[in-house]
Amino acid sequence: MTSRKSVLVLGGSSDIGRAAARAFARAGYDVGLAGRDIAALEPDAADLRARYNVEAGLHTFDVLDTASFEGFVAGLPALPDVVVSIVGLLGMQQQAESDLAHATAIMRSNYEGPSLILGLFAEKFLNRGSGTLVGVSSVAGDRGRASNYVYGSAKAGFSAFLSGLRARASRGSVHVVTVKPGFVRTRMTEGMKLIGPLTVEASVVGAAILRAVESKTDIVYVSAKWRLVMLIIKTLPEAVFKKLRF
Amino acid sequence: MTLVSGWGRFPVVDTEMLRPRSFEAVGEAMVSGTVARGNGRAYGDAAIGVARTVAMTGFDRIRWFDPAAGCTRLEAGVLLSDLIETFGPRGFLPFVLPGTRFVSIGGAIAADVHGKNHHCEGGFGRYVDAILLRTGAGELIEASREQNSDAFFATIGGMGLTGVILEATMRLRKVETGWIRERVISASDLDAAMRALDAGDAATYSVAWIDCAARGRDLGRALIYLGEPAGKDELPAGAAAFPAGKHPGLGVPVDLPSMTLNRFGIRAFNELYYRMGARRAGGSHVVSLYPYFFPLDSIADWNRIYGKRGFLQHQCVIPENGARAVLGEILDRVARRGDASFLAVLKKLGQGEGILSFPLPGYTLALDFPVRGDILNFLDEIDRLVVAAGGRLYLAKDARQSRATLEAGYPALQRFNAIRKALDPAGNIRSKLSQRLFDEV
Repeated sequence: MTSRKSVLVLGGSSDIGRAAARAFARAGYDVGLAGRDIAALEPDAADLRARYNVEAGLHTFDVLDTASFEGFVAGLPALPDVVVSIVGLLGMQQQAESDLAHATAIMRSNYEGPSLILGLFAEKFLNRGSGTLVGVSSVAGDRGRASNYVYGSAKAGFSAFLSGLRARASRGSVHVVTVKPGFVRTRMTEGMKLIGPLTVEASVVGAAILRAVESKTDIVYVSAKWRLVMLIIKTLPEAVFKKLRF
Repeated sequence: MTLVSGWGRFPVVDTEMLRPRSFEAVGEAMVSGTVARGNGRAYGDAAIGVARTVAMTGFDRIRWFDPAAGCTRLEAGVLLSDLIETFGPRGFLPFVLPGTRFVSIGGAIAADVHGKNHHCEGGFGRYVDAILLRTGAGELIEASREQNSDAFFATIGGMGLTGVILEATMRLRKVETGWIRERVISASDLDAAMRALDAGDAATYSVAWIDCAARGRDLGRALIYLGEPAGKDELPAGAAAFPAGKHPGLGVPVDLPSMTLNRFGIRAFNELYYRMGARRAGGSHVVSLYPYFFPLDSIADWNRIYGKRGFLQHQCVIPENGARAVLGEILDRVARRGDASFLAVLKKLGQGEGILSFPLPGYTLALDFPVRGDILNFLDEIDRLVVAAGGRLYLAKDARQSRATLEAGYPALQRFNAIRKALDPAGNIRSKLSQRLFDEV
């Protein structure tokens, strides 16, 4: 290992994960990419090495396999300076309304797994007395909407977890960032009707994550417009909100 | 289905747009009537599939970089802008930089794009050592000058018709800085402009901007921009060795009414541009590579200034012998017509690299025209002048030339078609351009 700073990206094969890895590597961080299929991640690691002359390692990680988490953390060659969790599953709301297994997968992928793994890293970081944890949550977690409340509720849980963790960890010099990207043009949202002015490219989210880490921001709405949109959505009286079908 | 067009926004065509995530998925996506698409900077119908269009910009990884050899292996969707930003600060730039940096590697190979150094250093294809190609027959082949060389030379400049370019190995130029020492020469007419370009043969970079509103004895008056890579000791005090490229901030947010570029506006713009340039003429100064190579990239979506009906770019090359008369005739007709051209560019070209590459030793003239009135007939007449002079049109810019023009201009067409047939016997790779110009009917 070098003396450079290091980042571990959980969910490294996602579009936002790749963008975040590039943003950190460009800034000189060594990068660990973690995902289920490390053979598929190797070209991304090679890309980081070729572009930015940094070290890029691969680590097998499955967000649903919570039993493996302690072994995963213990097996890392070194404790990174920054851990970014981008894992998540949008799923299909309609299917999740009646298919419990699908709803469970959405809840576990967006809340249980990301919270547990970041919680575990928080303990290590607090012991060390330094480190930054980044959770990519969602504006969907700001209020449960008819069209995606299974996903939204899991993200709400994750946001609440990060909020509490931040309050606790800040006393131990460990910083926690919550990122709420809004609409992002990625594989996950391909084919969805996204509202142009509220939609950003994955590279913008990647850059925003790096910026939040370096400037110790707490909560990041990648597009400032979303902060306003969600403020309105959050303040609508429930009697009105429940009639909306979006 | 999705409505898709090239950079000129004419024609607009319905096609099924697919965005595969793996090379295997690219193979599966290739049904009959498919072509690959890079960053959509070809002007006409080159990167639109007859049935299906395969978007390649998701393949944007650099596989390896060997700084000792100045050599890199890239996925086809990597953009030149990305290469410049990534390797520029490490002292390497692509040898060939066309007029926009927002082109993909796959697209740059398929069009064998040229830059301001074509007269002395050749085009993009010259610096490509190997290409990983998925042929229309479903084969994965590595093509180079030594191996599958027919496929290699047919793919360079082959407009994506030999298969889908997945990866390429290319050589980069070692540079000390990202700056260019520029010298501007003003030429009062076409003869002077051509003489200045000839005198500029020794310069690494040379290009002429022509005032195509000028008529009579001013016909062909021009500003000639010569350039050399600048060394560290030539930079202004305090300048970074590698300048930052500003992403296009100022953009054209909506389609302007097609009135905007009327003949008075164009005249005024050209007059002003010429006078401002002429004032700078004479001495030399150091400029960032971005304004030098990519003046239009600083205006996002500049193609929208022509209104929603789009525009046509007409780029021909005329062999050196007799070029003066033909260029004079074309410029005179254009000036009399009055609605061209926001940008008219004249430059010298050398030999092309691929079988179907556009360049040949001579002068290339690029003009653009809004789509309106009798423009198609007007350009057909210009084409007759080009063909009679032994010239041809650039397929990456083309949306309207006839089969007869293509066949007259590209004598190697039969050889290209034979190689294409061997790589793709069923004819799976077909674009709207190939349907218009190449495919058996």
